[in-house]
Amino acid sequence: MNVLDYIKDNITYLDGGTGTMLQEKGLKSGEPTELWNISHKQDIIELHKSYFDAGSNIITTNTFGVNSLKYDDKTLNELIVSAVDNANTALKLSKNKQQKFIAFDLGPTGRLLKPLGDLDFEDAVEIFAENVRIANKLKIDLFVIETMNDSLETKAAVLAVKENSNLPVFVYNAYSENEKLMTGATPEVMVSMLEGLGVDVIGVNCSLGPNKLKNVIKRILNVSSVPIAFKPNAGLPEDINGKTVFNVSPEEFSAVIADTVKCGVGLVGGCCGTTPEYIKCLKEKTKDLKKIKETEKDITVVSSYMSAVTFSDSPILIGERINPTGKKRFKQALIENDIGYILNEGINQQEKGCHILDVNVGIPDIDEQEMLPKTVTALQEVCTVPLQIDTSNPVAMEKAMRIYNGKPMINSVNGKKESMEAIFPLAEKYGGVIVALTLDENGIPEKAEDRFSIAEKILKTAESYGISKKDIVFDTLAMTISTNKNSANETIKSLKMIREKLGCHTSLGVSNISFGLPKRDFVNGAFFAMALENGLSAAIMNPFSAEMMKSYKTYLLLRGKDENCLNYIEFAQNAEEMSVKDTKIKTDSSKDISLQYAIIKGLKADAGRITAERIKSENPLDIVNCDIIPALDNVGRDFENKKVFLPQLLMSAEASKSAFEVIKSEFCANNSTKCTVVIATVKGDIHDIGKNIVKLLLENYGFRVVDLGKDVPPCDILEAVLKEKAPVLGLSALMTTTVPAMEETIKIIHEKAPFCKVVVGGAVLNPEYAEKIGADKYSKDAMETVRFAEQFN
Amino acid sequence: MTVITKDYNEKMSSLCVNMHEVLRYLNGNEDNETLEIINSSLDELGSDFSYRVCYSVFPVCVENDRVVFPFKSVKSKDLAKCLKDCKSAVIFASTIGFGIDRMIKKHSLISPLKSVVFQAIGAERIECLCDTFCEDIKKEYGNITPRFSAGYGDLELSFQKDIFKVLQCSKNIGVSLNGNLLMSPTKSVTAIIGVKQ
Repeated sequence: MNVLDYIKDNITYLDGGTGTMLQEKGLKSGEPTELWNISHKQDIIELHKSYFDAGSNIITTNTFGVNSLKYDDKTLNELIVSAVDNANTALKLSKNKQQKFIAFDLGPTGRLLKPLGDLDFEDAVEIFAENVRIANKLKIDLFVIETMNDSLETKAAVLAVKENSNLPVFVYNAYSENEKLMTGATPEVMVSMLEGLGVDVIGVNCSLGPNKLKNVIKRILNVSSVPIAFKPNAGLPEDINGKTVFNVSPEEFSAVIADTVKCGVGLVGGCCGTTPEYIKCLKEKTKDLKKIKETEKDITVVSSYMSAVTFSDSPILIGERINPTGKKRFKQALIENDIGYILNEGINQQEKGCHILDVNVGIPDIDEQEMLPKTVTALQEVCTVPLQIDTSNPVAMEKAMRIYNGKPMINSVNGKKESMEAIFPLAEKYGGVIVALTLDENGIPEKAEDRFSIAEKILKTAESYGISKKDIVFDTLAMTISTNKNSANETIKSLKMIREKLGCHTSLGVSNISFGLPKRDFVNGAFFAMALENGLSAAIMNPFSAEMMKSYKTYLLLRGKDENCLNYIEFAQNAEEMSVKDTKIKTDSSKDISLQYAIIKGLKADAGRITAERIKSENPLDIVNCDIIPALDNVGRDFENKKVFLPQLLMSAEASKSAFEVIKSEFCANNSTKCTVVIATVKGDIHDIGKNIVKLLLENYGFRVVDLGKDVPPCDILEAVLKEKAPVLGLSALMTTTVPAMEETIKIIHEKAPFCKVVVGGAVLNPEYAEKIGADKYSKDAMETVRFAEQFN
Repeated sequence: MTVITKDYNEKMSSLCVNMHEVLRYLNGNEDNETLEIINSSLDELGSDFSYRVCYSVFPVCVENDRVVFPFKSVKSKDLAKCLKDCKSAVIFASTIGFGIDRMIKKHSLISPLKSVVFQAIGAERIECLCDTFCEDIKKEYGNITPRFSAGYGDLELSFQKDIFKVLQCSKNIGVSLNGNLLMSPTKSVTAIIGVKQ
């Protein structure tokens, strides 16, 4: 019998702990359990058999810690083959008559994935894939990915199984007491992501006892459409007279788990501290219970690595600002690889209340296939809301969906055969909520009825890929009212038809309606309100538009979605400050102050405001030379004379940066008037706070800075220095272990780019050490680096 | 050996951030602007901490310049000196979670000032966690030595690998070690505390 058929109708018993059992048989502290597959074969067989004898249906191979980071190819293969062999021997030896299956166990690599750690996503996929390829040739029934405390690593493991095997895959995550994974994912996030990836069972294991994980299970039950597994620890370990004792008894353990079975959990077992006795007891306690059938949850949900957004009665705002269309400054940022500017757009929209951010980086001059995944990763480092991946390039789309941490929104598919053939397979493989545009080979139909027909066609095709309608959100296309007086009517009519007849959620790029008209915001705001009233679920919009926000907030208020009007009152109180301009200009103080004063005092918002005022009538270059630079210099000198401290220096630097940013956005001008400085944190080192401070100050002083980031190999640094013909290179290292990498870099620069002077800094360095490794200059802080670089102009 | 895992969220949230320490890590002085920026950073971070410790007690034996643990014999004069009167030692790993790392990252491209401030707050928090944990150990075991970490004096940083193996830090508290022996979350500490007789 196939394991998936079995779990459909039966309460399925899993196995229990391994480590604690083996310690009793003499496993030493720190000794890898997997080595026992070969050295203590009999003990491992006994262990598996004892679980089958206790009534387990599925036992997991002793391969939790086996991976190619730890073992060479030959050992890896031997360990896996013998582990599977031991499990099969136990299966044959056990006389118990229940259905028996063998799950191949995949545990965490022990390394953390980028960007939080240093393991590349594709490398992680390959590490898991190596195990999967070996195991897939052996006698196993399924794969279990377990004790994962990072959502992205979980995704890498699932992809490795899916790409190398057709066997079922179960996934168990390890939640902390705050009901999240270590890297932040909630149970709802994990369910959305794992269902999207098409796993067969979603579960919870390890970390805590059954009582403390009960609520996680409850939350998963609320949202999951697939079977659920529960495999907690026998409580927490205590040391009693040198022996490890877990504090939850088999009785207590089984009682809590039996309750979860009554609520719908289908697969049960134990993790650390549990023994065959626990499984026996669990079986006894649940013998009269019936397996509850899973129900299909009709929930449309997208997620980031830490929060899930559900489409419901309350409309969802999708920020549209990460998009170069019609934005000179944004295009410039893309061309200059200025990821900081793009991230700022993300953070600002999130702070304005957007629930999801649309991400589009498509311009002809850049490689979208490289830029889109890079931007998605960078945004996920700083924004907590889910992203909507927006591209017409299917290759870029796949690359971005693959590394996306969570379940993304996909923008977009349409009724054209070619489009559906490109996008649906991606959604089927990686999961996601797809925005479907109601147009096809014949263009955008004028009549609502025809747009509705396209929607039906899209749904039918999606179904053939196994994509359910909850994962499709229709965009009935807002077209400008300036060329067709009925365009709003038809868009809204089709919206309503889709919402009511198909039961699907909807989305609109609202502002298209006013294209070509003056005061577009007025039209957009009214149209948005109309659309909301007719069943619009989500809007792609500009959260800085006062009219749009007014429509949204008042709609919530009038439709009874704003308890005690609190949300509206807060909005109204701040409304005076709002402007229809892109960026809101805040004021730190009401005093009439000068730009120099604002910079010296570190008043970021004032510096921006005053600059914006002054460039209306003054030459921007004069402002830079007569105010910004002298003010900065003033603070810089005070810092050198120890009159001000690092925080003040940085406050001033940031204030002048905001002044520069205003000048940049108005004139698209570069404030770089001095030479190019290449900077990097050397290979092996991931500390970049100091380097970023140096960058900020150098930029403020007019240098063009090429920042290569952290953990940069010597050859990449050399390449950049040669390409930029940079007279100065700044290198940073924080640890003694990475100074050799710095020395190597300096050597290769002096050899191949003798025109370049190398300045070094970082916690482990001092002037003597710097000289020893061949540096041209040691700088104790960022100001000293600026002074050094000034000599080369 | 039993590895014990402890959640310090409740205890640590009752311990105020020591502003003097934060200022010290920040190389700043106590003026209103700086304090304001520290406070606004703390507000932004909210309760995004995950204070966790895992530890185990091991018998130790000091032989000249070697320290013998059941899982490894390690050469280090400095550690041997530190543990010379001890028959056992607590080895622990601790972390404050990824919240701070994310804030440092978020601001590194936007406000280097804030990333420096978060760095200082993180340093204060992890030290405070270690101090709190050591207090608890002192209460339980009496006379203990100061904590000693891999990389101090002549104790090789590579000893981290052994600590991670015996404490199973990744599984127990979600701390992992990268290829260069650095920990993630970055605000994590491992150390050895000698228990004197």
